[in-house]
Amino acid sequence: MKATLRFIKDLNKNKAFLWMVLPGALWFLFFSYLPILGTVIAFKQYRFHKDGFLASIINSQWVGWKNFEFLFSTEDAYIITRNTILYNFIFIVSGLVCSVLMAIILSEIVNRKLAKWYQTGMFLPHFLSWIVVSYFAFSFLSADKGALNQLLGSFGVEPIAWYSETAYWPYILVLMNLWKTIGYTSVVYLAAIIGIDKSYYEAAMIDGANKWQQIRNITIPMIKPLMIILTLLAIGRIFYSDFGLFYQVPRNSGSLFSVTNVIDTYVYRGLKVSGEIGMSTAAGLYQSFIGFILVLTSNALVRKINKDQALF
Amino acid sequence: MDNQPVYTSPPGIQQTRKRKSRDFSQLSPFWNVIANLIAGVFSILCVFPFVFVLILSFTDEDTLAMNGYRIFPEKWSIDAYSYIFNVGNQLLRSYGVTLFITVVGTLLSLVIISLYAYALSRKSFKYRGFFSFIAFFTLLFNGGLVPFYMVATQLLHIKDSIWALILPLCVNAFYILIMRTFFLTMVPDAIIESGKIDGASEFRVFRSLVLPLSLPGLATIGLFSTLGYWNDWFNALLFIENPKLVPLQAMLMRIENNMQFILQNSSMMSSAEGLEIIRNMPQDTSRMAMVILATGPIVLAYPFFQRYFVQGLTIGAVKE
Repeated sequence: MKATLRFIKDLNKNKAFLWMVLPGALWFLFFSYLPILGTVIAFKQYRFHKDGFLASIINSQWVGWKNFEFLFSTEDAYIITRNTILYNFIFIVSGLVCSVLMAIILSEIVNRKLAKWYQTGMFLPHFLSWIVVSYFAFSFLSADKGALNQLLGSFGVEPIAWYSETAYWPYILVLMNLWKTIGYTSVVYLAAIIGIDKSYYEAAMIDGANKWQQIRNITIPMIKPLMIILTLLAIGRIFYSDFGLFYQVPRNSGSLFSVTNVIDTYVYRGLKVSGEIGMSTAAGLYQSFIGFILVLTSNALVRKINKDQALF
Repeated sequence: MDNQPVYTSPPGIQQTRKRKSRDFSQLSPFWNVIANLIAGVFSILCVFPFVFVLILSFTDEDTLAMNGYRIFPEKWSIDAYSYIFNVGNQLLRSYGVTLFITVVGTLLSLVIISLYAYALSRKSFKYRGFFSFIAFFTLLFNGGLVPFYMVATQLLHIKDSIWALILPLCVNAFYILIMRTFFLTMVPDAIIESGKIDGASEFRVFRSLVLPLSLPGLATIGLFSTLGYWNDWFNALLFIENPKLVPLQAMLMRIENNMQFILQNSSMMSSAEGLEIIRNMPQDTSRMAMVILATGPIVLAYPFFQRYFVQGLTIGAVKE
């Protein structure tokens, strides 16, 4: 009784704050937490019911791990897992190396005005949607009119049907990803480099350190915390991919699925194209669950090495 | 010029002095050229595709059909644009949808996010730990696409409504994190306390004291949201079938394979004369023109706003 009274008193005291978080909390309830509860569909044979979501769930038959068994008995499970992890791994490594390099290059360019122009130019792709980027890609890769086939043609190379040859797509996707993300991430690293206390460099100069030694011993160690945080965030999301890159840029081309299908596109097609609700929910849950474990482990690892650099 | 050597110091001395300052504070000319080349070429590569599509949209349709996509077309033309403005009611419609969801969505998300983040930033809020967890857990774990789709369509019934384009993008725990950090670092406790002493309510303090101090933070989040709404096509792909509710990016997606879509709302479909015009439509070039019209505003505006985008991520990466 006393506890309840105190609780009511507390609620009343925090009334204003509770009103403030209410809209956001409702949003999280409907768009995050109810869907989390909804993952129970993964263990059911889902049937639509006219009385809505709850009725559909209640009236669907419980099938236990069947959906997962089906999923992992197909070759798709292997392909989408492999594609998702490998692409993301390459994206993380190449993205880190290229954007740190580009940030250092931008910070060292003597003419600051020019550097600003370069920076603005490479920032552009960040502001474009994958739809627009896919049009860009098409203007180069179109089999009959594309600029690339014309260029190859002038060297006497036969035109290539880019949108049906799987061999090129791993390279195309990695390059497209770099093209779209380097500008943004390198500008973020650049901001960190510019924020480094100038007196470190002055002290190094007095000691006779040259430019390379300064970069290696001051710049890189100083942006290392940011590198670790951003990489950690990326590793935590290694099971998620950029849907637009894998769905839109290859123009949803069926003959490319073996190299472009990732978990996200698989789940989308399961939901909207083939209607395998149970199985695609299972694939989504598999993604969330492994992703969750990965975030926790990578964070724990960093925590062990350096407590300050862990995310939580 | 006979007297020139008098004014310049002996070449040897000048060079050593120059080299000394060069070695330690900035790149040597050789490496500076290399650095300029790498950064310059990459930034041109980033802008070039846009310029290429711009050129294609001003190419003559027949030239394009014959020669393919070329950087220097044989014949220029503005047919694509005049066709779009004549028959493309759909373009106008989609522009309207995108503008509407961008404005309403950004305002809504600014209100919800800043209120939530402000409450989390206040130490006197007893349940801040709980509500922080509620928000940040969503960054670590989610139910996946299918249950999200089911809740949205079968429980909230937002399929084929404008809300399907607004609500899903409206809140984001990462933005709340950024905004909370902003409040914690930019708004001194003393100011809030002074407001409380003067007898102002929490909402009053928030509105008249805190918000004016947090404008840079609001600008950052607002621009993130604006970009998110303007470029969104995924929610339209999931939820929208009614052509009247198709936003710009989704429209670009639909005309990828055929241009019929932009003619749906056109009055010309009914008359014979109109059908003739439609048959002569410059398909390829108008598609490119649509891309330009949909991205133009962003390309023109982003150079002025880019610093806020960097600010957001660097602040977000700072822990409390």
